[in-house]
Amino acid sequence: MDRMPAWADAVLVPLISLILAAILSALVIIGIGEDPVAAFKLMVEGALMRSSGWGYTLYYATNFIFTGLAVAVAFHARLFNIGGEGQAMLGGLGVALICLYIPWPHWTLAVLGSAVGAAAFGALWALIPAYLQAKRGSHIVITTIMFNFIAAAFLNYVLVNLLRPPRAMDPATAKFPDATHLPTFRDMFSTADNILFRGAPANVTFFLALIACVVVWLLLWRTRLGYEIRAFGHSESAAKYAGISPVRITVVTMLISGALAGLMALNTTQGEAERLVMNATEGAGFIGIAVALMGRSHPLGVLLAAILFGFLYQGGAELALWTNIPRELIVVIQALVILFTGALDNMVRMPLERLFLALRRKES
Amino acid sequence: MDLLTLLQVLDSTLRLATPLLLACLAGLFSERAGVFDIGLEGKMLAAAFFAAALASITGSVWLGLMAGIAASLILSLIHGLASITFRGNQLISGVAINFLASGLTVLIAQDLFSQGGRTPSLVGGARFEGIDLPFAIGPQDAEAAGVPLSQLVAEAGPLQQIYSELISGHSILVYIALLFVPLSWWVLFRTRFGLRLRAVGENPAAVDTAGVSVVALRFAAVMICGVLCGIAGAYLATALQAGFVREMTAGRGFIALAALIFAKWRPWYALYACLLFGLLQAVALRYQNIDLGIFVVPVQVMDALPYILTVVILAGFVGKAIPPRAGGEPYAKER
Repeated sequence: MDRMPAWADAVLVPLISLILAAILSALVIIGIGEDPVAAFKLMVEGALMRSSGWGYTLYYATNFIFTGLAVAVAFHARLFNIGGEGQAMLGGLGVALICLYIPWPHWTLAVLGSAVGAAAFGALWALIPAYLQAKRGSHIVITTIMFNFIAAAFLNYVLVNLLRPPRAMDPATAKFPDATHLPTFRDMFSTADNILFRGAPANVTFFLALIACVVVWLLLWRTRLGYEIRAFGHSESAAKYAGISPVRITVVTMLISGALAGLMALNTTQGEAERLVMNATEGAGFIGIAVALMGRSHPLGVLLAAILFGFLYQGGAELALWTNIPRELIVVIQALVILFTGALDNMVRMPLERLFLALRRKES
Repeated sequence: MDLLTLLQVLDSTLRLATPLLLACLAGLFSERAGVFDIGLEGKMLAAAFFAAALASITGSVWLGLMAGIAASLILSLIHGLASITFRGNQLISGVAINFLASGLTVLIAQDLFSQGGRTPSLVGGARFEGIDLPFAIGPQDAEAAGVPLSQLVAEAGPLQQIYSELISGHSILVYIALLFVPLSWWVLFRTRFGLRLRAVGENPAAVDTAGVSVVALRFAAVMICGVLCGIAGAYLATALQAGFVREMTAGRGFIALAALIFAKWRPWYALYACLLFGLLQAVALRYQNIDLGIFVVPVQVMDALPYILTVVILAGFVGKAIPPRAGGEPYAKER
């Protein structure tokens, strides 16, 4: 018998965790001598009250949707992919190579090409940890962490020694050709006399992220592969007994996860910077962990959590601009969300379960 | 390369290996008791900040060290609470601790010192200075002779060079860290507490049946881990460097984790692994690109080598690394 109704598990537990994280964050803000209510108002104002604020919020959200989905898909097979950061870095390299070395006639074709490149490079970077986990039993958490560092060193080498244009100082590629420029929200939604999303980096990739949510949902709950992934995650031995190959599921799941993380680079590299820079991922790979935990590994939950974190990111930037609160506040909030929704899950869940059991007993 | 250059590289190897070694031994205790800890990095970072902050405010490096250990212990307590008491996911808890430390240190540093997330530079008693062992050539001898220290050492005999350059002149924490290696070995493999601690990482149910508290043992291990990480962090900010800068651990917690796997969860091998990774760091620091004649090894390869080596070891191609059996699994008493 379930101890709790499904809605409580899906909504109440994350909500209470979020409230706990918010209370602690408010205490942190009070601790450094600032006013949490004023800070929250400023965040809302900067992130949600203007179209350019939304432009930034949704830009960050796009990154987090991809990395969140990447972590979520792996969670369904009970694999913990901490390597989203490295996979996204390699995805960026895929985007850069495709954009720089293929003369694209139009951005619609270019985005298809670079999406394939980003996904392929991201998936490739997840392949080795996946294979080692499946065949040699090397712990995937450790190997994906190591691959993050290896990716950083590798990208550093490629950017400094191979892709940097001559006479350039900073480790970055040349600017991509104009034909690969992705339409921003400003290009799409502004009219001649009403300019919306001024200066904001949100671009067409956001809609690709929405499509990715739907595709992941279809994959997980409407295909045989998705069923196999979830069955494997619930019970490896039962899945084996049902004829599901653990090696195949581990590798395929990690390939999908790596591809999703790699796709994030479309947004940052082709959509925003229009060249590959050293630190293009900006830790979004790690925020994917918080997003997936908070969204309960469901695409809809991931979407909502990603928008929440996009809001926090943009709001945090506003705070850093107008107050003495540094951007690192967001990292603290992110840590608290991971702590409460991930590690201290039982702390919230156990009393709730007891409560629901008591209620049910009263009914019967 | 002459002897003195070699000694200088080895000297810097020892300095750079010290925080790795302390963090690696910290992880050793925790993981031997069955609690995975990828939060070593965060604990070191928090300890580095609080050690530097208190040392800078009070001017006493020892108070700084205490503060660093205390900060690391608090994070250990959170990790214990999440992964032992509430039987949560130990890996996720570690990730959260890393972010918590990374955010809070800059936040508090900015609030206290307003220097862009760093502490003021530490001078005098607020830092761990090198100790000159007896008969070694130190700064006093150089002053007395009226020539630069480097020249005095260069003119000495090879044995004196080894003694003065490599063995003498480190801060006390370096020697303490080296002492922790036999001490850890003795505690883990020669005491009753160590036997139980290892047993709880292999088969907690058996320990429980014997009437020994699994929770208490695991908490003890996690706390020892906190103390060692605290010393490691304090060493970074008050001995290796003079003050805290943001993200100053720079992945050392993960290199320590790699060293732990490399050492297959054994104290003496942990020392060797940390010295190896320290050597890689020292070489990368001293030489940018290494010209081997046939081809040039770029500095990025040196940066990535610890991680690549760990993956190779984990893959089991060169000797299989088998972690403690109950590692990563919360223990639930049967009801």
